[in-house]
Amino acid sequence: MAASSHPPLVEMRDIEKHFGSVIALSGVSVTINAGEVHCLLGDNGAGKSTFIKTMAGVFRPTSGQMFIDGQPVTFSGPRDALDAGIATVYQDLAMIPLMSVTRNFFMGREPVKGIWPFRHVDFDFCDRVTREEMKRIGIDVRDPGQAVGTLSGGERQCVAISRAVYFGAKVLILDEPTSALGVRQTSMVLKYIDMVRKKGLGVVFITHNVRHAMAVGNRFTVLNRGKTLGTAERGKITAEELQNLMAGGRELAELSDELGGTV
Amino acid sequence: MSQQDAADLVSVKDERLKEAPLALRFMRRPELGAVMGLVIVTVFFIVVANTTMFEFSGIMNFMAPAAQLGILAIGASLLMVGGEFDLSVGSMVAFTGLIFAACVVTISLPLPVAILLTVAFAAVMGLVNGQIVIHTGLPSFIVTLAFLFILRGLSLVGLKWATGGSTQLRGVREAATESPLDAFFYEIFAGDAFEGLFAWLAANDLTAKFPNGQPKVTGIPVEIIWFALIAALAAWVLTRTRYGNWIFAAGGDANAARNSGVPVRRVKTTLFMITACCAALVAILTVLDSGSTDARRGFQKEFEAIIAAVIGGCLLTGGYGSAIGAAIGAVIFGMVLIGLTYTTIDQDWYLVFLGGMLLMAVFFNNIIRKRVTGER
Repeated sequence: MAASSHPPLVEMRDIEKHFGSVIALSGVSVTINAGEVHCLLGDNGAGKSTFIKTMAGVFRPTSGQMFIDGQPVTFSGPRDALDAGIATVYQDLAMIPLMSVTRNFFMGREPVKGIWPFRHVDFDFCDRVTREEMKRIGIDVRDPGQAVGTLSGGERQCVAISRAVYFGAKVLILDEPTSALGVRQTSMVLKYIDMVRKKGLGVVFITHNVRHAMAVGNRFTVLNRGKTLGTAERGKITAEELQNLMAGGRELAELSDELGGTV
Repeated sequence: MSQQDAADLVSVKDERLKEAPLALRFMRRPELGAVMGLVIVTVFFIVVANTTMFEFSGIMNFMAPAAQLGILAIGASLLMVGGEFDLSVGSMVAFTGLIFAACVVTISLPLPVAILLTVAFAAVMGLVNGQIVIHTGLPSFIVTLAFLFILRGLSLVGLKWATGGSTQLRGVREAATESPLDAFFYEIFAGDAFEGLFAWLAANDLTAKFPNGQPKVTGIPVEIIWFALIAALAAWVLTRTRYGNWIFAAGGDANAARNSGVPVRRVKTTLFMITACCAALVAILTVLDSGSTDARRGFQKEFEAIIAAVIGGCLLTGGYGSAIGAAIGAVIFGMVLIGLTYTTIDQDWYLVFLGGMLLMAVFFNNIIRKRVTGER
């Protein structure tokens, strides 16, 4: 994969981010290629969130450079990242429960018709698209006017992902999409992630669940205390090794022995 | 994750999700509570009150105060859907009333200029409110509570300054009708509309008239026209436009909205400005109507506006509500305030009603919200 002739969709090179005296990221480099799921693993506080927020344009890196299709870019806000095709699906903050599925789906990018001052949102079109997109991912939305609050957690995650895909995302950043879900819902989301990958998108999948990562990931990068501990390709690393890397190795191995290998 | 699973997920319908029947769709409307309230109150007064209340002149009688409150309530409801409060609207009415009257009387500006200045000033005050709320991150409740007192105090001070010691500024009507241009704008912001039509209707015995041939209702008070126009516009903006969707988004979850590319700060700031402009409009209408302004103008209207918005289905937590609902809430208010004079009931029951209605509405809204979001 490293030998591919295309430049990576996104390359983050030596990204550093300081918040005052706190060094959240100290030189993180990651590449994301089309058609791959790049898993970003790390314990709480490892800097995963800071890193993806930098990639999504929420934070400006203190130093380091970001490249899209080989071109250096600087984002001044999330809007820039979105325009460049980088869409982020945040764990809890993707959807507004009180609003309808349609209104959520098109939030911030409502198609309008009519001439000003009579310009208004084309809700017929929105409802139709929403219904079709939901059908595609296997959620049967009878009434696109129903509130998102009535959907399950997995469905919400899928709606958020399909929204990003529909609006032309090339790179999808998924912030712990499975951490709050049950088994069946997790499998629904993982399956959908795989579907998105096959469409040729680059997916950044943040998780601290090694099993979820192993299920869909092509490459795995482990973050620890603001640094990368290296990137491994699928098949060249085991779940145990990943787990140990994430937890900083030794202690967890010891703990695991004490608990009889259940961690 | 086998193929079988995948097939399952796509083909099997969730058997626990029922088709939404028409009744439930109606239940999902945020205005439901307000409509029910309106029906109850109407039936009550039809039974209890003197029949003249629901004659055309009676309806105009209670619609006029309803319209004044309604314009404020519509602004408040948009702001509440956007997730913020403005407790300063009542004081804003007093202060913009002072600005307006001072422009017209004290510095003798032409009426259209005075109106423009007043609205522009209100917009700036809304901008200030909004910017303070956004940049300090303080609850709008506190920030606008401060402005409730600041503006009320400034109104008193300003009135004394403009009049040389009095807290009432008179002579607005005389000053506002001096030139033909003034008179033209005066017609838009004061008095009755469609007077010709009503005179014609009365002359042809189609509506009631006094023995001397004068129609009982000379026209529709302009504030009712303004109220209807603003209600229709606000409802359209909120439910049909992109900006409306952003209002819901900003109030529902500002973070999620921001992440989706909604300019939350701009939306909230403009909402504060709209609310303040509504207050300015009410100030202009009422000052021209009475021909004077005083420091108590708009007293406690902020609460009534918020209550009307809540009766109209706005959640106190934002992200849900309706402009039409707020308008209906205001009509309920006007009906009870004026309606009690058509009965033998002591008019001060109005306040009891106000509090009771608020409690019921909040209680009812909570149930509705659970229904909408499927919370269990």
